Amino acid sequence: MNAALLLDAGLCLLILTAAVLAMTGRDLFGAIAFFIVYGILIALAWVRLEAVDVALAEAAIGAGLTGVLLIGAWSLLRRAGVSEAHELSHWGLRLVAGLASAATTVVLAAAVLALPPGREGLAPLVTERLADHGVSNPVTGVLLDFRAYDTLMESIVLLVALVAVWALTPASAWGGVPGMRQHARPDGVLAMFGRLLPPIGLVMAVYLVWAGSSQPGGAFQAGTVLAAVWLLVVMAGIYDEPPISSGLLRTALVAGPAVFLAIGIAGLGAGALLAYPDEYAYGLILLIEFTLTFSIGATLALLVAGRARRAA
Amino acid sequence: MSGFANVLTVILVSVGLVFFLAGSVGLLRFPDLHSRLHALTKADNLGLGLIALGVAFQIGEPYAIVKLALVWLLAVLAAASVAQLIARSALDRLPAEGQADRQA
Amino acid sequence: MMATIDSALLFALTGCVLIGLGLYGFIVHAHLLRRILAFNVIGSGIFLLFGALGYLGAGQGTDPVPQALIITGIVVALSLTAFAIALVIKLAEEEKTAVLDAAKTAEDLHE
Repeated sequence: MNAALLLDAGLCLLILTAAVLAMTGRDLFGAIAFFIVYGILIALAWVRLEAVDVALAEAAIGAGLTGVLLIGAWSLLRRAGVSEAHELSHWGLRLVAGLASAATTVVLAAAVLALPPGREGLAPLVTERLADHGVSNPVTGVLLDFRAYDTLMESIVLLVALVAVWALTPASAWGGVPGMRQHARPDGVLAMFGRLLPPIGLVMAVYLVWAGSSQPGGAFQAGTVLAAVWLLVVMAGIYDEPPISSGLLRTALVAGPAVFLAIGIAGLGAGALLAYPDEYAYGLILLIEFTLTFSIGATLALLVAGRARRAA
Repeated sequence: MSGFANVLTVILVSVGLVFFLAGSVGLLRFPDLHSRLHALTKADNLGLGLIALGVAFQIGEPYAIVKLALVWLLAVLAAASVAQLIARSALDRLPAEGQADRQA
Repeated sequence: MMATIDSALLFALTGCVLIGLGLYGFIVHAHLLRRILAFNVIGSGIFLLFGALGYLGAGQGTDPVPQALIITGIVVALSLTAFAIALVIKLAEEEKTAVLDAAKTAEDLHE
C-alpha cells in the first residue's frame, strides 16, 4: 500500500465518521455541525480527485450555504418552541431500515467493482472541441457550452425554488422584508468584519468568474461568494434585506437566466438553440457568466433569508 | 526544488502541525468555553501560518505565494472575529459570570 | 503525491456507504430537519460515486462532463433543501412540531 492510498483511506474514514455522527448525533445542533464538517471533508475528497471546480462548489454551497440554512432553521424552530427530542423509531423499523440500507450499499459496491477496468470518458472529446471556443477550463466549457441547457435549467430551478419559498409568505407580510431583523452592536467586531470583508469578497467573486474560463472557478462558486458577502452585510446590521416587492431586486434575480435565454434563442440564428457562433463564443460565455453570477448571488442570499416576515 | 527549501518546508510544516495538535488537545481538555477558544484560535492561526509559509517554499510562482498569504490573512481575520462573537454570546448567556469578567 | 485509480475506487465505495447511511437516517428519523440532513448525505454520496468513477488517473483529473453535472446537482440539491426548510419552518410555526405524524393525519381525515 503506498502513501497516497493510505492518505485517501484516512480521508474516507474521516468522511464516514463525520457522516455517522451527522446521522446519529443525539443533539440536533451537533448533528448539523458534523454535517458541515462532513461537507468540508467531501470537498477535500474532490481535491484529491483533481476536481477542484466541484471542491469549490461543495465547500461553498454543500457545506457553507446548506449549513447556514440548517442553522437558521434550527434557531427558528427553537424560537417556535419545537421539541428537538431525538426520537428513534421502533427497533423493528430500525432493523429493517438498517438491512435495506446495507443491501443498497452492497449492491452499489458490487456494481462499482464489476465495472470493466480502463476508462477514457468524454475528456478527450471535450478537450478536442474546446480549442475552438476560447474557454480553456473544460468544466466551464461543459457547463456553459456543450451542456448549456443543463445550466440554463439549473438557473431557472434556483429561481423557481425562491418563488416557492416566497409563496409561503402569508398575505399580511407579502411584499415585505425577508428574515428576522438583525441586531449587531454598531461598534462591535461583527460590524467591523462586515465592513472589512465585502470589498475583498467582491474582488474575489469577480476573480473567480474571470479565472473560471481557464482555471477552476465559475459562476456558481462566485455567486456563492457574493451571497456570502450579502449575508454578512445583513448580519452585521449595515444594510437590511430589500423588500421582496422591489423592482430592482426582481430585475437582479431574473437578469442572469434572461440574458442566458436571450443569447440562447439568438443562437437559433447560428443554427441551434444555445449555439454560439465560434468567433463570439468567448465573449458570449463571459457575458452569460457575469450576469448569471450576479443573479445566482442574489437568489442564493434570498433563499437563505427565507420568506417575507416584516413590513417594508 | 533545492534541498534547502525542502528542509525548510519539512521543519515549518512539522512545527505548524504541532501547533494544530496543541490547539486540538486544548479544545478537548480545557474546562470552559473561553479557554478552549483561546487554545483554538491562537494555536490554529499560528499553525496555519507556519504551514502556509512551509508550502510557499515549494511554489516557484510569486503570484501563487501572494494568494497563499491572502488565504492565511483571511483565515486569521475570520477566526479572530468568530472567536470574539462566540465569546461575547457566551458572556451574554451567563450574565452573572459576565459581569464579574467585565469588572475584572 | 497524486491519487491513483485505486484511490478513486476507494472514494467510489465510500460514496456507496454514504448512500446507505443517508438512506438509513432518512428512514429512522422522524424530525424533518434530520431527514433533510440525511437527504443531503445521500446526495453527496451519489455525487462522490459518480465523480470518482469518472476519475481518469493522476494528472488527468476527473472527467469534466460528470464534474459539470455534479456542480449542477449540488446547486439543485441546495434549491430543494432551501424549499424543504421553508416548509418545515412553516409547519413548526403553525403546528409547533417538526414531525409528520401519519397516524394523526389519517385520524383527522376520518373525522
